[in-house]
Amino acid sequence: MKIAVASGKGGTGKTTLSLALAEALANGCTLLDCDVEEPNCHLFVAGEPWRQLPVEVTVPEFTNDGCDGCGRCVRACRFQALARLGKRVLVFPEMCHSCGGCVLACPHKVLREVPFGIGKLEFRHGRGFELISGVMDVGHAMAPPLIRQLKEHIPPEGLVIMDAPPGTACSMVMTVRNNDYVILVTEPTPFGLHDLKLAEATLREIDLPCGVVINRADDGVALIRDYCHEAGLPVLLEIPYRRDIAEGYSRGGGLLAVCPDLRESFRTLLTTQIPAILQAEGRL
Amino acid sequence: MKVALTSRGDSLDVLLDSRFGRAANFLLWDAATGAVEVLANTQSLNAAQGAGIQAAMHVVESGAEAVITGHCGPKAFRVLKEAGVKVYLTKALDGHEAIRLFQAGELKEADAADVEGHWV
Repeated sequence: MKIAVASGKGGTGKTTLSLALAEALANGCTLLDCDVEEPNCHLFVAGEPWRQLPVEVTVPEFTNDGCDGCGRCVRACRFQALARLGKRVLVFPEMCHSCGGCVLACPHKVLREVPFGIGKLEFRHGRGFELISGVMDVGHAMAPPLIRQLKEHIPPEGLVIMDAPPGTACSMVMTVRNNDYVILVTEPTPFGLHDLKLAEATLREIDLPCGVVINRADDGVALIRDYCHEAGLPVLLEIPYRRDIAEGYSRGGGLLAVCPDLRESFRTLLTTQIPAILQAEGRL
Repeated sequence: MKVALTSRGDSLDVLLDSRFGRAANFLLWDAATGAVEVLANTQSLNAAQGAGIQAAMHVVESGAEAVITGHCGPKAFRVLKEAGVKVYLTKALDGHEAIRLFQAGELKEADAADVEGHWV
């Protein structure tokens, strides 16, 4: 089963929850850090990566041989990654979405595809789980292709947790799609609620079932509970708002080190609660 | 020699647009005759990204040999430089003032972009 942890609003606890879920299960499940612009799961996993793989996309290269300046390549590009100057074409790889359209459009075959590095994948052994992190190189903006290549390493069997990037844009959608279930982590603040609604609407649009975990649950928790009740969103779990949890996190200790009693709740969530919801919705 | 000025309107009387890629219009001023032709920048204004690249390409295609604008980013600058179009940056308010400074030799040719690019 594949479960993504998303949120809408940043800083609500996606990484905390993702790590705790993977650790609670501790049966060799896989955790993917899909927040490739700012991956941080590895900060809670000791040691250096045992394997690193470069991530490349393809971009066009102008070969200077036989261009008659027809401009078909420039017109084919939706991303303004090419500029034609007479019988020359300038390429801006950082603008390119690697669609290959320009190469197909060129009748004279003067463009060819060449590899262009955008980041890497890092593999680490966690406490009872495997962590694979996507790491985008500084200065690049194409997160979706990196996330796509990261997801190619999902093992065929076993539970997979995916720590999604914040927001509801392409990189979040690329992460959550093809998951069986999405856990939305939020906090009981107006911002948390606002972005929870955005994330929920995004998931409904692509027909993904989701439930809510309320992090930093304090006196204001009714704000989220009431909304979830109205919207028919299951509240899966509440994590209390406690200073010692924040302190533990700051030391890189993780949630379960401070709240070992949550281990059983997380296990139940993954092995019983979510499968039951999927079964009830006829999705399993 | 034709010079492209970035403008918020369609004549030299109007305020210059300090932006290059997302300027409202380019005014193509002919140094020999003083005639002004308006080149709309609508396509680049509506582009989600790469406005500077596209605008620079249009300027090059217009036959302009120089650009007078407020600021120029790295991608537009690369296109203009590769095409041999000179870039002059100015704080002049309108087209007349910019041209007066240009003719008096008071505008210095830019040797690099003066602002950061977007999307990177």
